Amino acid sequence: MEVVIKNLVKKYDGHKAVDNVSFQVNKGEVLGFLGPNGAGKSTTMKIITCYLAPSEGDVEVGGYSILREPEKVKQLIGYLPENNPLYLDMPVIDFLEFSALLQGVRKDMVQKRIREMVVVCGLGGEKHKLIGELSKGYRQRVGLAQAMIHDPQVLILDEPTTGLDPNQIIEIRKLIKELGKEKTVILSTHILPEVEATCDRILIINKGKIAADGTAANLRSAVQGREIIRIKVEDGQMTDIMAALHTIPFVTKVDEVLGKENTFEVQTERMGSPKREIFKMCVEKGWILTEMTPFETRLEDIFHDLTTN
Amino acid sequence: MRAILIIARKELQSFFDSLIAYVLLIVFLAITGFFTWLLESDVFFIKQATLSVFFGYANFALLIFIPAVTMKMLAEENKSGTIELLLTKPITNWQVLWGKFLACLALIVFALLCTLPYYITVANLSVGKFDHGVIFCGYFAILLTSAAYISIGLFASSISNNQIVSFLIALVIGVIFFFIFGMVSNVFGGALGDTLNYLDFMSHYGSISRGVVDSRDLIYFGSIMLLGMVLSELSLSKRTISE
Repeated sequence: MEVVIKNLVKKYDGHKAVDNVSFQVNKGEVLGFLGPNGAGKSTTMKIITCYLAPSEGDVEVGGYSILREPEKVKQLIGYLPENNPLYLDMPVIDFLEFSALLQGVRKDMVQKRIREMVVVCGLGGEKHKLIGELSKGYRQRVGLAQAMIHDPQVLILDEPTTGLDPNQIIEIRKLIKELGKEKTVILSTHILPEVEATCDRILIINKGKIAADGTAANLRSAVQGREIIRIKVEDGQMTDIMAALHTIPFVTKVDEVLGKENTFEVQTERMGSPKREIFKMCVEKGWILTEMTPFETRLEDIFHDLTTN
Repeated sequence: MRAILIIARKELQSFFDSLIAYVLLIVFLAITGFFTWLLESDVFFIKQATLSVFFGYANFALLIFIPAVTMKMLAEENKSGTIELLLTKPITNWQVLWGKFLACLALIVFALLCTLPYYITVANLSVGKFDHGVIFCGYFAILLTSAAYISIGLFASSISNNQIVSFLIALVIGVIFFFIFGMVSNVFGGALGDTLNYLDFMSHYGSISRGVVDSRDLIYFGSIMLLGMVLSELSLSKRTISE
């Protein structure tokens, strides 16, 4: 089931939190929604789930518009809201039953679904406790369980792994990947390795606009050539070496590596590589080059580049 | 309808899971029982087999009882964010509101059922022919007033995320409807006085509980109830109104 976002705009007091965002997510795809705080991730998710109305634009989920048929859309979606709000005074089982009934799960299927969710989310030991008595990680599992209780075609998860311990994170990621094979999943996160581990596609949003869209590999190749090289040069003065490195073509930025003597990180433009020039320069000046390591561009750097300009 | 019942059931459950229901029921029964049976101007004093004393005091007990029940209904959901969880389920704002309304009304009905022994006692005390109709009308009047007041309480709860604030707002509106309109209407004469008198809860309550069920009174309570619900709905749907 595809989710189509069309020219979405959301204004808060004249300020645009989401600014003309369009994209499509298809069945069998896990889309990672990345962006700094306040970029408009949660707002976009709230609009898709019909909690907020867009100022302009529309979203279609499986062909149903959020403006015209919100009830149909809500049936198709399982949603884990930001900060995972739950009824703390309810027992886990009762809460899951309440969610299932509201989602329109058939009466005779309710108990079966609850049992499945308890197993899938590892809530076996906690199912009779009040939600308020649970730790943050278990509450997060309850939040996931209620989102998946009606076996929705579309899952929208706002920061699904916050508060989980590393083992749980791995389990939940596995679960999301599994779900992503047959369903449409949109998840937001701050954790970059998580996106690489779980998502087929990454969407970086900044100040309400889409800054990048593609697979992790795509995004890398878009900034490819912009290498980062770590070099270590001996027998020279720090300042001399810095100055000399700046004169080399294609070099855009030179940083000292803190805590390591005479070690530098050199960023280069995408047009060409200055490795040979660096080597030649060292020979000319009589410096000894003891290390030269090219780094692959990390997702963190792409993210940083796209969201700080 | 199904969604309304699911929500009502959940809210009722949470009344009885927490202490709210028990504390309020005990307070309600204690207040009405004390004034009906123990105070000087009680049932025995007036020497008539009626429950008019009870119906008079029950209303004032409900003036405080109902805001205490409705205050958390939406204010807490707003505060904890669970309102987002609820409204992203395939249900409408109306279903949420009527579900909560129904739960509150059911609690009131339960409280009133607990006062049935009063009725049975008085009916057995009576020497001559006992007027069951008046008792029935008295309970009916309480239910109508409660329904109208619950919707006011829900509205007060919907506009705030602080329970105390919603309690006070509901109480102030309640006091206006229970006392102020009636008092002010005596000061003004003519059309203004009549209008204010028409807005007064007590004048309608009084006539129904005396056994006179007039369509004007039903329309009055019905409209107050609907107005409260419409305002609550507006307050809930504010978030979905685009700029």
